[in-house]
Amino acid sequence: MRPARQRIDVYFLKLIFKNVFRAKLRSSLTIIGLVIAIMAFGLLQTVVDAWFAGANASSAARMVTRNAISLVFPMPSYYRDRIKAVPGVKAVAHSQWFGGIYIEPKNFFPQFAVDHENFFEMYPEFLMTPEELLAFKRDRQGAVVGRKLADQFGWKVGDVVPIRGTIFPGEWRFTIRAIFDGKDETTITRQFYFQWEYINEYLKKRFPRRADQIGVFNIEVTDPGRIADIAKAVDAEFKNSLAETLTETEKAFQLGFVAQSEAIVVAIRVVSFVVVFIIMAVVANTMAMTARERLAEYATLKALGFSPKFVAALVYGEALMLSSIGAGIGILLTLPVASGFANSPAGAIFAAFKVSSDTVLMQMACALVVGLVAALVPGWRSARIRIVDGLRHVG
Amino acid sequence: MANTLVEIKHLAKSYTRGGQAVPVLYDITLDIARGDFISLMGPSGSGKSTLLNLIAGIDKPDSGILRIDGEDITKLSEGELADWRASNIGFIFQFYNLMPVLTAFENVELPLLLTNLSKSERRERVEMTLALVGLAERMEHYPNELSGGQQQRVAIARAIVTDPTILVCDEPTGDLDKQSAADVLAMLKQLNEEMGKTIIMVTHDAHAAEAARRLVHLEKGELIGDATSTAAH
Repeated sequence: MRPARQRIDVYFLKLIFKNVFRAKLRSSLTIIGLVIAIMAFGLLQTVVDAWFAGANASSAARMVTRNAISLVFPMPSYYRDRIKAVPGVKAVAHSQWFGGIYIEPKNFFPQFAVDHENFFEMYPEFLMTPEELLAFKRDRQGAVVGRKLADQFGWKVGDVVPIRGTIFPGEWRFTIRAIFDGKDETTITRQFYFQWEYINEYLKKRFPRRADQIGVFNIEVTDPGRIADIAKAVDAEFKNSLAETLTETEKAFQLGFVAQSEAIVVAIRVVSFVVVFIIMAVVANTMAMTARERLAEYATLKALGFSPKFVAALVYGEALMLSSIGAGIGILLTLPVASGFANSPAGAIFAAFKVSSDTVLMQMACALVVGLVAALVPGWRSARIRIVDGLRHVG
Repeated sequence: MANTLVEIKHLAKSYTRGGQAVPVLYDITLDIARGDFISLMGPSGSGKSTLLNLIAGIDKPDSGILRIDGEDITKLSEGELADWRASNIGFIFQFYNLMPVLTAFENVELPLLLTNLSKSERRERVEMTLALVGLAERMEHYPNELSGGQQQRVAIARAIVTDPTILVCDEPTGDLDKQSAADVLAMLKQLNEEMGKTIIMVTHDAHAAEAARRLVHLEKGELIGDATSTAAH
């Protein structure tokens, strides 16, 4: 009988599958570890993604103009007309960070006083009925809130929301006139908008020197391809003025905020990979123990005529099956856990918390790397074991 | 000898332990005829298992000639030797060395995966072989569901399923009770007498050795006796 090359067939897979669950407790604990690690990796990557969600949802046709010194310094409101006159500018609105507290500080959500006449025309991704928008424009104390925010606090149109001002002292009361949905899942719907005129009128009465000041101008351009030139033209308009400006794309403006917390993002990324490294060591240990216990079996297979490659493939196959099972369950659990977190009070700090397809692919890649690396040494040793040495492991 | 299957001339083997070469076999010269049943006997450390390993092609000698069926297996590469073993050698170990996660059927089928047989041909052959060793009813049982004697019979089935030239048995009755040992020895005798299998068996047990036609004694790596068994056959 002439020997053929060994077939990697169903028999081989069956052998691997049976081997995986031979030491049930050890395999189960390793799989649980893998599930937790892959899930933790996915969730941490999603946190990083959520950090960049605002920037990624930015429009390529919009710019933001702020005071060149710092965001905390305002600009005169009359800049608006001069910006509007810059060639390439299609529309201008403005907004002001409010920074109020709803009941208690832990209920944080972003609040902006906006140019109620023009702002929402510039943001078509915020979907609301024309009637609601009109009701907002007609009510000085009116507010527009995102769907996620409304859902979080159980608000509905007509509800009155009291907010304690910090930058603008006092108790402010807003009536919800519209609740907007996002155009798609990348649109952030956790903001609270109200009329800038509302606080400006107050400032005129109480702090006249702070009135008619703007935090940022939101600009829409006619040609996104010329956005850099238009930004330069806007800034040139205010060169050598009392409040020089810095104009940048909406994305760059958002990324500027992310950059301030870059150390945290880097730390999260590092931790996510440390988690993978730890589980790699755990799986490698499992495989080392497994291979050591089965040296006699591997030696027997080699004695029967199976090649060292076949033996190594058994070890690699077992490690990959183990990591695949763990990763599969981990990935499946990541989705509901992320969803649960997004809907929890803790998850509310993120505008968008959704597991991306890239993250799932990274989880799969991690599982593959974990399986391959974990089998590296035991696979090599098992393949190289001398038959006579391996057979001595019996009894 | 015209009918010589195993031809050994001036075979020597040593192992390295603690940086020093420890001789295990010295100048062994031995011929084994086709269809013979030979017992290698000797105390621990006499080199009998080493000699068996060399004949089985799972170890290589330092010097000397080792021809099996006219082929010098010392010249074969690792890969060639693996193929040669798959075709020519059937192994029976003291502790059976069955795969615990595979059924009796699957264990016996294992060496057939290295052949060109189709699935149905493999099934037919495995069923026939298990029937031959009296385990037709136990095909779907796992090793831990079988007695020691039954496990060794599965191992014998695995060893003969490819119809190898030589059966090498390393203390095949060493882990069995008296009755099971007698059954296994009877089966080996049957394979030798009725199917003409050449069997080389290492054993400590003088009683087991009597099952063989020929007794070869080793001591301290040297051949010290070669006689025809009086009790057997």
